[in-house]
Amino acid sequence: MHPVQKNVLLSTGNGTPRISLSRPSGDRLLVSLSGDWTLSRELPSTQDVEQSIRSSEAPQKLVFDSQDLGAWESGLLTFLLKIRELCDREQIPLEDDGLPPGVRRLLALATAVPERKGARKEKRSEGFFTTVGSSAIAFWESFQEMLAFIGEAAVAMGRLLTGRARFQRSDFLKLLQQCGAEALPIVSLISMLVGLILAFVGAVQLRMFGAQIYVASLVGIAMVRVMGAIMTGVIVAGRTGASFAAELGTMQVSEEIDALKTLGIPPMEFLVLPRMLALMLMMPLLCLYADLMGILGGLIVGVLMLDLNVMEYFQKTRESVTMVFLWIGLFHGAVFGVLVALSGCLRGIQCGRSASAVGQATTSAVVTSIVSIIVATAIITVVCDVLNI
Amino acid sequence: MEQKPLQQVQPHIVVQNLTMAFGSFVLQRDLNFTVNRGDVFIIMGGSGCGKSTLLRHMVGLQSPAAGRILYDGTLSFWDAEAEARDRIMRRIGILYQSGALWSSMTLSENIALPLREYTALREEEIREICALKLALVGLSGFEDYYPSEISGGMKKRAGLARAMALDPDILFLDEPSAGLDPISSRLLDDLILELRSSLGATLVVVTHELASIFTIGNNSVFIDADARTMIAQGDPKVLLAESRNPTVHNFLTRGGGGT
Repeated sequence: MHPVQKNVLLSTGNGTPRISLSRPSGDRLLVSLSGDWTLSRELPSTQDVEQSIRSSEAPQKLVFDSQDLGAWESGLLTFLLKIRELCDREQIPLEDDGLPPGVRRLLALATAVPERKGARKEKRSEGFFTTVGSSAIAFWESFQEMLAFIGEAAVAMGRLLTGRARFQRSDFLKLLQQCGAEALPIVSLISMLVGLILAFVGAVQLRMFGAQIYVASLVGIAMVRVMGAIMTGVIVAGRTGASFAAELGTMQVSEEIDALKTLGIPPMEFLVLPRMLALMLMMPLLCLYADLMGILGGLIVGVLMLDLNVMEYFQKTRESVTMVFLWIGLFHGAVFGVLVALSGCLRGIQCGRSASAVGQATTSAVVTSIVSIIVATAIITVVCDVLNI
Repeated sequence: MEQKPLQQVQPHIVVQNLTMAFGSFVLQRDLNFTVNRGDVFIIMGGSGCGKSTLLRHMVGLQSPAAGRILYDGTLSFWDAEAEARDRIMRRIGILYQSGALWSSMTLSENIALPLREYTALREEEIREICALKLALVGLSGFEDYYPSEISGGMKKRAGLARAMALDPDILFLDEPSAGLDPISSRLLDDLILELRSSLGATLVVVTHELASIFTIGNNSVFIDADARTMIAQGDPKVLLAESRNPTVHNFLTRGGGGT
């Protein structure tokens, strides 16, 4: 890994770890250990020992001499374990009397608990069809889980309407603040910039026909009908959806959700329902706010770049943005709120029991939210088209 | 891991006038004690008295409000240069209360990380050392398991294997037997004792398990939440026999001493 450093360490003095082999009597092989066997030094290999064990005059017994052994660490132990394995394979008895007592005890400890049968994981390579099949099954199962979750959420909603759902008012109010008021700064920034960009891009084209005033219609309709809701949805997915998933996931890891279940409090009512309600209420409000900010962004471009009059811009916006558009926009918002809350809570509740699982849950929550927002927008748009609104 | 004569008393960690505080809230003040080389040093006291916080101060996770912690009898941890501090940190191993294994890595990767960072060993050697450390704690064959796939007791032992990865001089154990059944906890105590006597390392153990305190400890400090300071120190067996302090006596006899 670091060859240079290694050489420096190797060249230091006489503590270099060494082994020497001798045959004090015909049937015994004496392994003499010397030097400091620390992790920072290059340790001798077991090859010499292996050779002399496998030679034509194989020894009957292996003994050690550690008189010149200095400091030692794990390296010595791994070396000795390898020799022991070798001896076991060749069925040569090994006498560890010559080793320091600490080494002997650690060796005994390392071999005290035999490997549990079947514990070791085998690496299996799966065929193409197995992989495709199992991922298809996994997909189907996660789809079923999602449906079950949505069903449970609907049931919980029903319980809420009949006044039998259990959750804490204080939690709900805190959630309202967290996903509503605290999101205002980022929603202002993003929506105003989106309005600005829309107006800017539109202005360049419309100016060619002298139709600058229609920038107001463009920005107004786009923001109110769909863009305000989508931008808010994406912001809330990244901000609130991710936080729901991370919070519920961590609660899963620390067994807090289990604690609720065993108390007979359904997590669906206690945790998911207030989050869903909070987002359902706050999303349309955030949407409305985003619409205003977007129109303000368009106004800035209209006044500064196209020399439009403020009143003129306002009038044109009022003319082109009908109440129907506003209701459609707010409907988008409410739907997105439910979708984001459901994806965040679903992934959080499904979360595994480790730190990395929380990360995966959060990622997957944001991805699910954004995908479902876009799909929902497409569906609503088509439906509106069919209904001629 | 050098074998040091255990009889010869050498101070390893010296705590001088240590005051621990969170902001203006003083948790403990005027702690003075010495951990000698080769000791199994117990930090004991009731819940919430600051045992774990004391441990965090000793391993350099939290800085003292006042006082010093000397390593090897001379080097003051918090006054030392960053480099010297790193050197000290590298010579200590810590077993956290819940094991604190990195959940995204397998057991052998958990043990290999410090080896990869701080030694120039080859992958082959690192693999052998990981296998050895896991074998020492009785987890042979579990190299490729993730922490989420093994039981709580196994996590503790794997955590111990990771704490020993770099062959530390000092092992800090935070509640090693908490959450284990009596037999597992006894086996862990045996393992700790066996490892200490063969490795020759100094052990600092935070615990309130009486069985552990008496079987493994040969020196201790007792800190008290009400007094906000230490109220006893020494061999726990001697403390049991001789301490006149009612709190200490009550604690060590499980409230059965009667005062």
